[in-house]
Amino acid sequence: MTLAIRCRDLVKTYPGKPPVEAVRGLDIDVAVGECFGLLGPNGAGKTTTLEIVEGLLDATSGDVEVLGLKWKTDATAIRSRIGISLQETKLADKLTVRETVVLFRSFYPNGRTPDAAIAAVSLEEKANSYVVKLSGGQRQRLAVACALVGEPELLFLDEPTTGLDPQSRRQLWDVIREFKNMGRTVVLTTHYMDEAERLCDRVAVIDQGKVISLGTPAELINRLGGEHVLEFAVQEADRAKLKLESLKRLPSVSNATEQAGEWVLALSEPHVTIPALMDHLRSIPVRLAKLTTRSATLEDVFVTLTGRHLRDGDSQL
Amino acid sequence: MNRYAALMQLTLARFREFYREPAAVFWVYGFPLILAVALGVAFRERPVERIRIDIANDGSGGTALAEAWKLRLATDKKLEVTLHDRETCQKRFRTAKTDLVVTPVSVDGKSVPVPEYLSEPNRPESVLALGAVEVALIRSDHPEIPIPKVSTIEEPGGRYIDFLIPGLIGINLMGGGLFGIGFVIVDMRVRKLLKRFLATPMRKSDFLISLMLSRLLFMTIEMIFLVTFAYFAFGVKIQGNPIAYAAMILLGGMAFAGIGLLLACRAKTIETVSGMMNAVMLPMYVVSGVFFASDRFPEIVQPIIKALPLTALIDALRAIANEGAGFAEVALPAATLAAWGIMSFTLAMRWFRWN
Repeated sequence: MTLAIRCRDLVKTYPGKPPVEAVRGLDIDVAVGECFGLLGPNGAGKTTTLEIVEGLLDATSGDVEVLGLKWKTDATAIRSRIGISLQETKLADKLTVRETVVLFRSFYPNGRTPDAAIAAVSLEEKANSYVVKLSGGQRQRLAVACALVGEPELLFLDEPTTGLDPQSRRQLWDVIREFKNMGRTVVLTTHYMDEAERLCDRVAVIDQGKVISLGTPAELINRLGGEHVLEFAVQEADRAKLKLESLKRLPSVSNATEQAGEWVLALSEPHVTIPALMDHLRSIPVRLAKLTTRSATLEDVFVTLTGRHLRDGDSQL
Repeated sequence: MNRYAALMQLTLARFREFYREPAAVFWVYGFPLILAVALGVAFRERPVERIRIDIANDGSGGTALAEAWKLRLATDKKLEVTLHDRETCQKRFRTAKTDLVVTPVSVDGKSVPVPEYLSEPNRPESVLALGAVEVALIRSDHPEIPIPKVSTIEEPGGRYIDFLIPGLIGINLMGGGLFGIGFVIVDMRVRKLLKRFLATPMRKSDFLISLMLSRLLFMTIEMIFLVTFAYFAFGVKIQGNPIAYAAMILLGGMAFAGIGLLLACRAKTIETVSGMMNAVMLPMYVVSGVFFASDRFPEIVQPIIKALPLTALIDALRAIANEGAGFAEVALPAATLAAWGIMSFTLAMRWFRWN
C-alpha cells in the first residue's frame, strides 16, 4: 500500500491560558486511491488536523508526510500536487467563475484547462457569472473547481457540503466520486454521517484531538456489536421501573443506552430481541409508548463511543 | 505555465475587482476632483471687488451728513455705500451683510464731524474696509495727494490653488496607498482568501508585487486625472522639472503602499486596520500642510513634522511645482520618503501573516 499521507503522533497546542490542546497525539495513514473521512463534532480537531496536513499550520510536534514529501523541505512541490477546499473561503465577489478558475490555474505549473475544471463541477452555464451571484452550492462547487484545476493527486475537502441543500450535496458527491474513480486520493472532513457512509472507504472518528475509532464505515458499525438499532419509550409513569442492566441482558443485544428519555438498543437479531423485550416489559409491568427499529449508522457508532451526538453544540446549523 | 502568468492574473484580478465596483471608482477618482473644484472655487483669489459700507443716518449728524459722507466715500470705486438707521446697520454688521458701520458724529468743540466705526478685528474684510474708508475720507479732504501706482503679481505659483493641488495629490496618494493596499489585504485575510492562496504553489512575491503593480496602475490614472484637471480648470502648472514631479509622486505612492502593507500585515479584522489607518492618517492630515503651511506649527515640533512622509511629499511637490525646483533641491524629502518606503516594506515582509 503506497501512502498518500502519513501522520505520526501529531500534536497541536494553541498557546493561551489555559493552552488549548486541539490535537493530542494523532496517527493517520491514508492510502493512495482511497477516500478517507475525518469524522467528529465541531471542535474535535478535524480542521486543525487537516490544516497541518495541508501545510497551512505548523504542528507543535509529530511527523507529517504528504505524497512521501515533508513540508519543511518540499513545500512548493507538495502544493503543486494537492488541491484544497477550505471551510468557508469567500472568493472574490466581482470576478466571474471563469476568471476565478483561470486565476487559480495560473498558480500551478501543470493542470487542466479552466474550462475542463468548470465542466467537472457542472458550472458551465455560470462560467461568466460573478461569484457574488452564485448560490451556496454553486460557490462550493467553484471552490472545488479551484482545487481541481491544478490536476492534484490528492484532494482535501473541509466540510464540503455543510449548509448545502440535499441536491447540491449530491452534485458535490458526484464530483468527488468522479475524482476518486481516476485513482486519486481524497481526504474530507464532515459531520454528516450519510456523507461519510456513501463516500468514504475508511473513516477515522475523532474526538477531543484523538482518533477514537478507525475503519471502513461497515467495520465501525459492526464493532457496535450489531447493525440494528431499536429505540423505544415507555409511559412516563413507568420510566423508573425499567433498568438499563436488565435490557443489556436481553438476547442478541450488545449495548443499551438511555438517551433523552428513550432507550436505545444495539442488536444483531431483531426477531429474537423484540419478543424477549415484550416479555420483559410485560413482566415488570411497564406500558410501551413507542418502538422503532432501523439499521445502525455511524452516528450510533459515535454516540456509543463518546456518549454524545456528532452535532451536539453545533453552532453552524 | 508562463513564469509571469500568475503575476499577470493576480494584477488583472485586482484591476477587475476595482473597476467593477463603481462606488470605489467614484471615491478614488471622482471625489478628489470634486474636492479640488470645491476648494479651488472657495479659495480662488480674485481681487477684492467691492467693500460694503453702511453709514448710519440717525447719528448726531443726521441724514444730511450721512448723504454727504456717502459722496466723500464715492471717490473709492470699490466702496459700496448704503444708508440705514443705526439699529439696522448693527444688525447687518452682525449678520455679515456689511463689512463696516460708519457713524458720522459731531463732537462739541470740533469743527468737523468725526467718524465712529463699528468693526471686528478678526474679520479681514472689516479691517480692510476700515482702512479703505479712512483713506477715502482723507483723500476727499486732501485731493492734492497723488494717487500711487500699484502693480500686481499675477504669475501662477503663488495662488492658493497652486498651494492646494500638491496637498490634494499628497492626501490622495496617502489614502490610496493605505486603503488600496491595507484594506484589500485585510479583506482578503478575513475572507480566508489569503489562506486559500497560501495553499497553492503561488509565489508569495507574485502576490505582493501584483498588489503594488495594480496600485501603481490606479495611481497613475488618478494622478493624470488630477494634474490634467488642475491644469485645465485652474491653470496650475509645474514650474520645475516635471520628471522630478512624477518621480516624487511615484516615490510617495510606493512609500504609502508600503505603510499600508505594514499596517495590514497582521491585522485580523477590517475594524482593526481601519482604526490603525485613521490613527496614521489623521495626524498627517492636520500637521503635514495639506490645506495650510505646516510651518505654522511651533518650531520645536518642526523636525518631527518634516520627517513625516506626507510632509516630505507635499513639500517636495510644492517646491517643484511652485518654486521651480529640480531633483537636487528635493533630495532630502525624496530620501525621507524612500526611507519610509524601505522601512515599512522590510518590516511588513518580516511580519506578514497569511492566515
